[in-house]
Amino acid sequence: MARKKIPGMIGGLGITFKTMLKPAVTVQYPHEKEEPPTRARGVIALKEENCTVCMLCARSCPDWCIYIEGHKEKRPPRREGGRDRTVSVLDRFDIDYALCMYCGICVEVCPFDALFWSPEYEYSEHNIARLLHDKVKLGEWMETVPEPEPLEVGAESAKKKK
Amino acid sequence: MIPILGADPLFRDGIDGTVVLIVIVKTIIVFTVLLVAVMFYVWFMRKVIADMQNRIGPQRAGPFGVLQTLADGIKLFFKEQSSPECADPPVFRLAPYLAIIPAFMAFAIVPIGGLVPVAGRQTYLQLADPGVGVLWLLMMSGIGLYGVMLAGWASGSKYPLLGSVRASAQLLSYEAALGLAVVGVLVHSGSLSTRTIVDQQAWTGIGSIVSQWYWLPAIGAFVIFCISAIAETNHPPFDLVEAEQELVGGFHTEYTGIRFAIFFLAEFMNVITMSAIAVTLFLGGPAGPALGFLAADSWVNVWVMPVFWFTVKLLVLLYATVWIRATLPRLRYDQLMALGWKYLIELAFLWAMISGVVVVGAREGWNRWVTVPAAVAGAGIVLAVLWACLPRRGEPVEEIR
Repeated sequence: MARKKIPGMIGGLGITFKTMLKPAVTVQYPHEKEEPPTRARGVIALKEENCTVCMLCARSCPDWCIYIEGHKEKRPPRREGGRDRTVSVLDRFDIDYALCMYCGICVEVCPFDALFWSPEYEYSEHNIARLLHDKVKLGEWMETVPEPEPLEVGAESAKKKK
Repeated sequence: MIPILGADPLFRDGIDGTVVLIVIVKTIIVFTVLLVAVMFYVWFMRKVIADMQNRIGPQRAGPFGVLQTLADGIKLFFKEQSSPECADPPVFRLAPYLAIIPAFMAFAIVPIGGLVPVAGRQTYLQLADPGVGVLWLLMMSGIGLYGVMLAGWASGSKYPLLGSVRASAQLLSYEAALGLAVVGVLVHSGSLSTRTIVDQQAWTGIGSIVSQWYWLPAIGAFVIFCISAIAETNHPPFDLVEAEQELVGGFHTEYTGIRFAIFFLAEFMNVITMSAIAVTLFLGGPAGPALGFLAADSWVNVWVMPVFWFTVKLLVLLYATVWIRATLPRLRYDQLMALGWKYLIELAFLWAMISGVVVVGAREGWNRWVTVPAAVAGAGIVLAVLWACLPRRGEPVEEIR
């Protein structure tokens, strides 16, 4: 019995002693902050001018935390003599971060690149109802969205519509 | 009066107002020092364990969190005191004090420093030096057991009761080993008085660590003393009394507020006292090198250095306690009992026998090369007989009806 246990105890004491000499990795959060990784999934930001109110994000959201409302407007034709154009205008784009589970499906599914991941994480609230953020707030987070990674050497560049 | 307070030169010329005043001041100082020491020990323990677990530990209250214990104490003072319906109120209220008073009293015999001049008198930096000496410690830890036992009993609840049953069995078992380990020193010192034991281990140079201090001649007793002292103070890995996973909080489950705090105070005070006694018995107490460049009777060498060396040794032992606490998992109850009854008590007993033979042989001028092997051989025979009598694993134990 003792043959096995005593070396084990001494080994354990050694481990605790070695751990003691290492500094703790704790970050004192409100006083010192850790820089999150550039592409951390902190919050979802909205680039409003890209949104076409297609509702794909709201429909693909697993917990239905995206609320979208819009209406159609007539715009003058691009060329003389043409018909009026119909455009969708976004009235409301809210994400309820009390419900969101940060799966990122909405970002993936958006066909016009209107939704982006931002590494911003400090948006906690005292009241759960205040976690419902509107398009103004979501638009402000666009500033924190990092530039897309540069393409690999030799990669085909994204086609641009003229 | 004199036999109780011992051979302190303070009482040589009779007792007058000054002497009484000195004794009262000493009492208050010991009381305060012990309370403050507990405060710092709890902080030290939490900090060291935190370091060992890659955490930071308390750091909010005061610099480095030293005032955390004070904050916790104040919080507990203002908390509601509740007692279960089935509790036995007088005993329930008495139990915490039965735990803490012996914890204070036991520290009285610890020599913190040497002989100091106070108001024209000479006195030891030690509250009392009774003739019974180390037995006082065993007495007090025996009484302290009642606090734990009655707390569990008077709570009128099952987990505290189970905790207190465990406590009484554990403390009684390890008290035997503790007492026998102390004998390992007493055969060398020939005196129970802690002051005499410390004086015998006085500092005469760096060599006195091995030649004067009792840890080397009584190395077996030292190891057994340390293990049973940890068990006696209910410290991990022997904290079965308050095994959270099995017994909620053990004997103090039903206690709240300041009564709960008193149990904790008593527990940590016991740890400090046991370490202080280990320093006294085995590591020379306040013995240590004085500052050579100052006169031998300067206040630094008389007052500060002995206390300093005592504190250093105490801290080393307390650190070891915390280190063990942070590392080892709790024993199972049968392992605890097996360690106590099958190993520690026998070994302590045999160690006392061997050192008795060695000490008597040295005094009588017997040939050391005959007596020591003979003593070891005799101990070996006793051990073999005991070993043969132990039930083997899997062997059916005959039931006694």
